[in-house]
Amino acid sequence: MLATLIVVFREVIEAALIVAIVLGASRGIPGRGRWVSLGLGLGLAGAGLVALFADVINGSFSGNGQAIMNACILLAAVGMLAWHNIWMSSHGKELAAEVKQVGQAVLSGSKPLTALMIITLVAVMREGSEVVLFLWAIAAGGAEHFSMVIGGFIGLAAGVALGVLLYRGLLTIPLKHFFSVTGWLVLLIAAGLAAQAAAFFNQAGLLPALGNSLWDSSHILSQGSLPGQMLHVLVGYTARPSGIQLLFYGVTLTTILSLMHWVGKRHARALTRAP
Amino acid sequence: MSRTALALSALLSLAAYSASADNAPVEIDIKAQAFVPAEIQVPAGVKVELHVVNTDDLPAEFESYDLSREIVVPGHGQVKVFIGPLDPGRYRFFNDFHQESEGYVVVTGDAKK
Repeated sequence: MLATLIVVFREVIEAALIVAIVLGASRGIPGRGRWVSLGLGLGLAGAGLVALFADVINGSFSGNGQAIMNACILLAAVGMLAWHNIWMSSHGKELAAEVKQVGQAVLSGSKPLTALMIITLVAVMREGSEVVLFLWAIAAGGAEHFSMVIGGFIGLAAGVALGVLLYRGLLTIPLKHFFSVTGWLVLLIAAGLAAQAAAFFNQAGLLPALGNSLWDSSHILSQGSLPGQMLHVLVGYTARPSGIQLLFYGVTLTTILSLMHWVGKRHARALTRAP
Repeated sequence: MSRTALALSALLSLAAYSASADNAPVEIDIKAQAFVPAEIQVPAGVKVELHVVNTDDLPAEFESYDLSREIVVPGHGQVKVFIGPLDPGRYRFFNDFHQESEGYVVVTGDAKK
């Protein structure tokens, strides 16, 4: 039971931490609850489908289907996180003002609500499919595995609780700094997910490693430990990164930062020009 | 040379990078959730294709922090994983669905080929 609990907990926290930060980062955007719930529902349905068709997915792309699918959905999430942050670079101040003073002018421009939905969907689907596959196999094993299924559900609850805790923690950040903190968190998550995507492309033999183990910090912080795993999700911590992972990380980070800077500046200019 | 030309040549060299490995594939079986053999030898400095074959009813997840590898192996299914080129050393992998089961990729030989 304990083993199952731990396996499920580890899978769930990856999704829970991402959803918690996305929920924090979109604080004050009207309708976000509905869109994140939609993402959650679609993600769970997607997780079931991925688990159901695991054999078909594995067989596609000459046996590399799973790695390629993972890489692509990770990159989709990176794109959505980037869109969110770039949008926030021009609307963050207004949003902060609105959170402070509910009932102010409604925000203009297309809000990245679809982005929120897709990020949630991707996070839940990716980790969820593993949980579904795992619990399903245990449940199929018969009544003697009942305690293992219970363990799985406790693991699920514990993972969600950790996400809620992180979200509550985020809300204690003063509003003045709130969106810059969540912005940085989203940025680092995006860079980390891009590095994960690079590893999957390399695993499928589609991209070169450009050097394995550029450094080895597993003695200082093991990726298997809870802090190591949380940092893996939050900032993309990898104990023994390859060159291609580092490259994807750096390119994603600088690209999103430059776009945020550029859009933020253009928005500020437009504001000063307006009468 | 313009930046576009540089980017283009970089893309072309990536495209030329083939998905084939340098040696014959190495098979690792999963029996009763454990890896058989639990230790495989591969030469340094070459790309190696691993075939992970699950003979159990239960799904497994072949995972390695040392190699940044992660792939679900369905019950009675098999998957393909490319690793390397690696420097000499021991690289741990494990079954994420049954964490006590572990194995090592042992890389020997000269890293510079």
